[in-house]
Amino acid sequence: MDKQDVGILVVDDELIVRESLTKWFREDGFRADAAESAPEALRKLRDACWDIMLADIKMPGMDGIELLQRVKDLSKDIIVIIITAFASVDTAVKALKQGAYDYITKPIDPDYLDHLIAKALKERSLMRENLKLKNIVSEMVGHDEIIGESEEMKKVMEMVRTVAPTDTTVMIRGESGTGKELIARAIHNLSPRRYFPIVTVNCGAMTETLLESELFGHEKGAFTGAQYRRKGKVELADGGTLFLDEIGNISPKTQMDLLRVIETKQFMRVGGSEVIRSDFRVICATNSNLEQAVKDGTFREDLYYRLNVFLIQLPPLRARRGDIAKLAHYFLEKYSKAMGKPVHGFSPDAMHALKAYHWPGNVRELENAIERAMVVTTSSVIEKHHLPVHTASQVPCPGKKLEDVERMHIETILKEVGWNISRAAAILDIDRVTLYHKIEKFGLKRNR
Amino acid sequence: MKAIRLLPIGNAEIGIVRELIYPLQKAFRADIVLARGNVPLQRFYDPDRGQYNSTSILQYIHDTFIAREPADTRRNATYLAITCSDLFIPILTYVFGEAELNGQVAVASYYRLQNELYGLPPNRPVLIRRLIKESIHEVGHTFGLVHCLSQACVMHASTYVEDIDLKGEEFCVECERLMRRPMTI
Repeated sequence: MDKQDVGILVVDDELIVRESLTKWFREDGFRADAAESAPEALRKLRDACWDIMLADIKMPGMDGIELLQRVKDLSKDIIVIIITAFASVDTAVKALKQGAYDYITKPIDPDYLDHLIAKALKERSLMRENLKLKNIVSEMVGHDEIIGESEEMKKVMEMVRTVAPTDTTVMIRGESGTGKELIARAIHNLSPRRYFPIVTVNCGAMTETLLESELFGHEKGAFTGAQYRRKGKVELADGGTLFLDEIGNISPKTQMDLLRVIETKQFMRVGGSEVIRSDFRVICATNSNLEQAVKDGTFREDLYYRLNVFLIQLPPLRARRGDIAKLAHYFLEKYSKAMGKPVHGFSPDAMHALKAYHWPGNVRELENAIERAMVVTTSSVIEKHHLPVHTASQVPCPGKKLEDVERMHIETILKEVGWNISRAAAILDIDRVTLYHKIEKFGLKRNR
Repeated sequence: MKAIRLLPIGNAEIGIVRELIYPLQKAFRADIVLARGNVPLQRFYDPDRGQYNSTSILQYIHDTFIAREPADTRRNATYLAITCSDLFIPILTYVFGEAELNGQVAVASYYRLQNELYGLPPNRPVLIRRLIKESIHEVGHTFGLVHCLSQACVMHASTYVEDIDLKGEEFCVECERLMRRPMTI
């Protein structure tokens, strides 16, 4: 890291201290600035990125210790060094307990200051490295946690723990946004295959030929645009897990190819003649009525039985309302950290609205609602009006079946965006093909 | 062309100050002139610390000497004050010198560059070598140069006298390049 990329903020009510320290750091090549009070420092911390803050312990209004607490709420990885006029063990211990990196007494030995800053920067670089590695690890082992203490979710987790160590094919069913991929990752992470990749294929998002190439890969020149040989997802999942999302939306030809590869664990790349072996476990997910599709002849019965070995049915969020508060707080904390906004909770009205709403988009919709509320809020709690308008009131639904709710929600969103399919699909967080299927299924028509 | 005015202040020994002329000329390719003028050092003395406030000295020289320069030379004049008094800036216990970054005034002290202060026998050539490095370093700041990571470069930060002995009298290639770039004051 170049010194000019390192920002040092000096907070002291004495002009001479601010001037001399910033000048010292600038001569050393750092980006340095000063604030004469804690509120000014907090403003500067919000406006720009600072790596190190040196703050005087005694300042009128908010003192250095209180500033330290507020700063740690804003950014956990900023290094704070407290400046004291005299070495007091009590204050030093208090500062260190609150998360200060170190403390220095005025006047400062220039050599000590040099070493302290160099040491702090090294520490910060290690912290960043650590954070980066943690992110990589969390990316490898899973994303969000599975939150839920309801009986329904406890049963799901018990099934996950039971099936994970085996090599059994798992089918996860549940409405859109219930966390099917999260459950698939949990099964993978608890399985002996966890040190190998989990490869996700969104079957609903691709045309037949694209899905074929995505699954099995292709040889150079197999089709127009195939300039290089490319490995498919089945090959990439060797040793690990192949997660087939939206399995109900694949064409008869791909169903046949898939059945063959699941049974034989062998396949050929598109345009290739070499037989490739891959050892993978299959987890699939769908929110379509596969039984009906089998009856209608649009989904192969043999593939259905091959996939539906161990079924995990995920409950919709409205069926486990007891988890809403916990999930809401989890997402609040997640986005508070990501956005650097110290938002601590929900107003009673907002929480009531969250619990009352029927959440047709399930946990994903709840997460989006909290993320959006976090963007618009300027206070330390989420108020009812920060939540997306349609979450704030119970929308009357014409029927009692889940399908009625889904139909009404899709119709509302389509109307909201003037039947712009791409925008509606983005809001509903499903792909366009799935949306078209649903429009057809529910017989939705645009009123001109 | 920049002109550097060497200004002995307090009880600075003129013989030592004269030793700086050629090295400064070589380092900055500038005219070096011995300047005269009174800087009332007592005004900047802090009795509690027994040291002189270098920031206030810089301010005084800027307000008095730069302001007095004829209009046609004012922009290009740089003052380097040399003192044998111990300097400090309020937040630090001591400094070897101080300069206006990208400015026109610098001060260097040889008080802490003397071997006697560390219980060693006096050594005039060593003292002069150290002062040459510190003088070039401080004037380098007035050219906008910041501390350099290269340990051999004269712009490398020195907080102990041993650090000064370890570095060279010359700029590294990068600092030399930065110093030669067109300046805007």
